Amino acid sequence: MGDPIAIGAFLAFLLGTYVVGSWIEHRHYRTIRQREQRWRRLPVVTFRQVPAGWRVEDSGLVTGNVVISVDYFKRVLAGLRALVGGPVKSYELLLDRARREALLRLKQEAMQGGFHAVINVRLETSRLANARGGEGVAGVEVLAFGTGLKLSQPPA
Amino acid sequence: MILSNTETIPGKTITRFFGVVSGSTVRAKHIGRDIMAGLKNIVGGELKGYTELLQEARAEAMARMVQEAESLGANAVVNVRFSTSSVTQGAAELFAYGTAVEVR
Repeated sequence: MGDPIAIGAFLAFLLGTYVVGSWIEHRHYRTIRQREQRWRRLPVVTFRQVPAGWRVEDSGLVTGNVVISVDYFKRVLAGLRALVGGPVKSYELLLDRARREALLRLKQEAMQGGFHAVINVRLETSRLANARGGEGVAGVEVLAFGTGLKLSQPPA
Repeated sequence: MILSNTETIPGKTITRFFGVVSGSTVRAKHIGRDIMAGLKNIVGGELKGYTELLQEARAEAMARMVQEAESLGANAVVNVRFSTSSVTQGAAELFAYGTAVEVR
């Protein structure tokens, strides 16, 4: 691995994944914020019971899921971070994106099903094992699920 | 069949309990999807192939759970929960379970 061309190519590859990965992340965050703003009127809560005063006509399970991964550069960075400990920002952002995306998809499904609110929302995170073995994370899945409610008087 | 992850079906009363019902499926990843996901993994972002794969698998697990509930004579499943476990390299188990009940 003393070959300067090989090292240069690897660094260029790292830089490439950083640029493309950051762009994808930036674009994703933009659509997340847009959709959160657009659909903020649909109440999604973690209450286990129907809030007092809501007259429920119908209900049903709604879900939303997403599998997402970080770019190679951030994975290398996280690997280095593991040597010294401390917060791993790139994975924090990854999980934040995944959870918000899963919740948005849950909201979308709820709206498509004609529900006015979703209660008892739960989020579950699972790690997908890398198919080729090794320690690398293939991606994380976040599943959001809850009970959609059709109300006779939708909350304002 | 009404499904809910709350302990009761909102707006209805439970008249009978039939016990726990469950459904599961173990799925392996499609090689084509895996190669695509592997490439996508380099730059990060959503791995759509996997999102869909898990969605389909979870739908199947739920369908099996519903089938079991129907065979018992239930018309609803309450307190539905999900769990995912990586059984082996490249395969995952999707499991759905809940309590079969009769509601009115």
